[in-house]
Amino acid sequence: MTILTHLVAYSATAVFLVAVAIRIHLWVRMPMHLRWELYPVAHEGARASYGGSYLEESEWWTTPRRASRWGELRAMVPEILFLVALRQHNRKLWTRSFPFHFGIYLVAGCTILMAVAGVLGAWLPGLMAGPLGGGMRVLIPVMGHAGLVLAVVGALGLLQRRRQRPLRDYSAPMDIVNLVLFVIAFSFALVTAWTVDRSFATVSELVSNLVTFTVAPLAGSGPEVMLPCVTAILLAVLAAYIPLTHMSHFIGKYFAYHAIRWADEPNLPGGAQEKAINDLLSLPVSWSAPHIRGDGTKSWLDVATEDPER
Amino acid sequence: MKQPGSLKDIARRPGQPLAQVAPIDQTPLPPPFDRIDEDPPIRPLSDAARSTFAVLDDTIAVNIERPRTEDEEQALVDAFLAGLEKLFSVPDNWTFLQPLEMSMEHCARCQTCSEACHIFEESGGNELYRPTFRSEILRRIYFKYVRRVSPLAHGDIDLNWETVARLIELAYRCNLCRRCAQTCPIGVDNALLSREIRKIASQEMGIAPRELHRDGSVLQLAVGSSTGMTPLVVKDNIEFIDEDTAERTGISIKTPWDVVGADILLIHNAGEIMSWPENPGAFATVFTAAGLSWTMSSEITAYDAINYGVWYDDIQFARVAVHHAAAARRLGVRKIVLGECGHAHKALTVVADRVLTGDLNIPRESSMVLLRDIVRAGKIAFDKSRNDFPVTLHDPCNMVRLMGLVSPQREIIDAVVPEARFREMTPHGVENYCCGGGSGFAIMSGHNFADWRHHVSGRRKFRQILEAFEDEPMTRDHPKYVCAPCSNCKGQIRDIITYYDAWEKAGIYYGGLVELMVNAMVDAKPGFIDWEWH
Repeated sequence: MTILTHLVAYSATAVFLVAVAIRIHLWVRMPMHLRWELYPVAHEGARASYGGSYLEESEWWTTPRRASRWGELRAMVPEILFLVALRQHNRKLWTRSFPFHFGIYLVAGCTILMAVAGVLGAWLPGLMAGPLGGGMRVLIPVMGHAGLVLAVVGALGLLQRRRQRPLRDYSAPMDIVNLVLFVIAFSFALVTAWTVDRSFATVSELVSNLVTFTVAPLAGSGPEVMLPCVTAILLAVLAAYIPLTHMSHFIGKYFAYHAIRWADEPNLPGGAQEKAINDLLSLPVSWSAPHIRGDGTKSWLDVATEDPER
Repeated sequence: MKQPGSLKDIARRPGQPLAQVAPIDQTPLPPPFDRIDEDPPIRPLSDAARSTFAVLDDTIAVNIERPRTEDEEQALVDAFLAGLEKLFSVPDNWTFLQPLEMSMEHCARCQTCSEACHIFEESGGNELYRPTFRSEILRRIYFKYVRRVSPLAHGDIDLNWETVARLIELAYRCNLCRRCAQTCPIGVDNALLSREIRKIASQEMGIAPRELHRDGSVLQLAVGSSTGMTPLVVKDNIEFIDEDTAERTGISIKTPWDVVGADILLIHNAGEIMSWPENPGAFATVFTAAGLSWTMSSEITAYDAINYGVWYDDIQFARVAVHHAAAARRLGVRKIVLGECGHAHKALTVVADRVLTGDLNIPRESSMVLLRDIVRAGKIAFDKSRNDFPVTLHDPCNMVRLMGLVSPQREIIDAVVPEARFREMTPHGVENYCCGGGSGFAIMSGHNFADWRHHVSGRRKFRQILEAFEDEPMTRDHPKYVCAPCSNCKGQIRDIITYYDAWEKAGIYYGGLVELMVNAMVDAKPGFIDWEWH
């Protein structure tokens, strides 16, 4: 069981990291698109409060732009943590989606804490024996229990909502399956925590072994060992699965905001964008309508500057 | 309520409408228009139209002829799929590939966007007009028929010619106002998907509403303006406007044409010159009084700021944008200033920003900003008491939500309208509602489309206008002014007022922003706004 757990955990982590890296790579490699920003844009400083932009300034191109990164953080952090937009525009769904997402954050945070504790325990055992280690040992089960309960309740709530109209009519079978997977994995983890690992000591030991590459049997026997191992396997598989699906919106959302909604960087003469735009304008067009007749040899520049047929 | 029972209905009930908007399903308007039985009816679509064109609902915008043979049916489907594939190719659609991928991949189908849509809400919540209805059909077609992914992952849909034709028609039941995108927790943009469907139809299949393409961008590129005005005619019209305006204001003006080296190239929506001549007249009056160095261009397309491609076709969009910039380059102006036209603002200032390079990249500025600067400069004296009537402001989506131009127009109003007379609509600014004429609707009136436009897409704006003036006597002898600094919005608001007879019944009038300025100019004769229904 120990070896199987290690194999699955390492494989799943690798799949997760590779899938996330590929997703990010694909978004980053996308060509520059035409501007399509949507206001309010958070980095507009004081103007962001009413949705204003630098285009309100007299001859805006004559003064340097000041993009407020603090403004972006002030918008993004509450959005990620508390799903502000959903709360504002769809309160019913937020009461289910917020616990679900926040629960996942807590479980992820708990796992990271266990990993940090494992590394510190191996390299700086004295530190873990002190107040820092004590604090972490208190925080880990608190975050773990709270996270699992919130995620299960949220997932059940989302399932119930998805069974109702209008969501039911728009959902694909996999939307239901995905939520069921969350319910199964997190419920199993909850049962494990409540029955054999209330302090998260066994699962902490497992995570510690994983991050220090120590293949050793866990303390205890029977369900005390088996349940945490199966939990780890289920959660690892789930983690690997998420970035393979449209649930990878946790990556896409960053680009939705930074590369589209807030992408208001102007193309100034001689600026960084010009070369990229000229390269894109040289790409071939194959649109077939009579007013274009793109044959794959004419470029965007050609079709944009030719006289079309009437 | 007649509405589709499921997404799959898009391929079913051939030749039959999938939805019908009945007044009984709609929320009554505020007084004095609160009697549903007094609502003007939506005229039925003619039998001839039903038998000739693809039928989606109670109206037709695009006129897609019903195929006569199975081969023609298949050709329609094949062309759509070919276009859909091209949407995801970098060479063919670098222009919007990233936003498209984002909206195709990550929708959680949570329906958070639905209530933000004025068309869905004012239709009484008709499923056909839910912003995700067309998006989800497009998504399912793409994943099932292009990507060949199991329907278990992204949902199932049948694909026949009715699906294709109805989906294209349905793309013209969205104003592209992007209010839905603003509410999406993930960043999905249903309006963008509507536009991408329109692009497949136009760029691959050669299908677009006549008003936007043949009589719109094609005509503009051929003769200079979608109004049909040639350079000679437009100069003649402006000369007449100058004379008429000077007579009304007592301020002599002469619009300068083709002045090489002028500071500013002013481009109006040519619809203003044809339908609201007081607007270009007012611009000329203010610019003259402010002592600006400016010119208009008589070059083909450069005296008409419209760029309908921004609603349906990237190629036509780029062609017009290049023409506008090239005219400015030839004149050697320092900047282009766009008159009161929302989509022209967005098209040339924002969207074309990544099309125009080198010496075509001439700075573009909003007339809202320039007029605000004129007010700030204090060279023109205004008497607010001349605008002593109730005023509300309509925010064109293209200026506010899509460009972040919110405060200049308010600063101008603050300078020329008594504070107690101005009231905001609810909501306003970047959260405004579309006038209902956005994305080309304002100029589309084939069959009974205008009835649908007034009854459904424009109803929320009319409701907002009535609510803004709710504390005022709703009578003809108590005139109220809806300020709409956008030509298309103004046309739509004119049409709504006409449709509901709101000028006669409630004294609701409309006009632009610069007209309010001239009406308050101390040096001008009083009464520039004449309160005569045109």
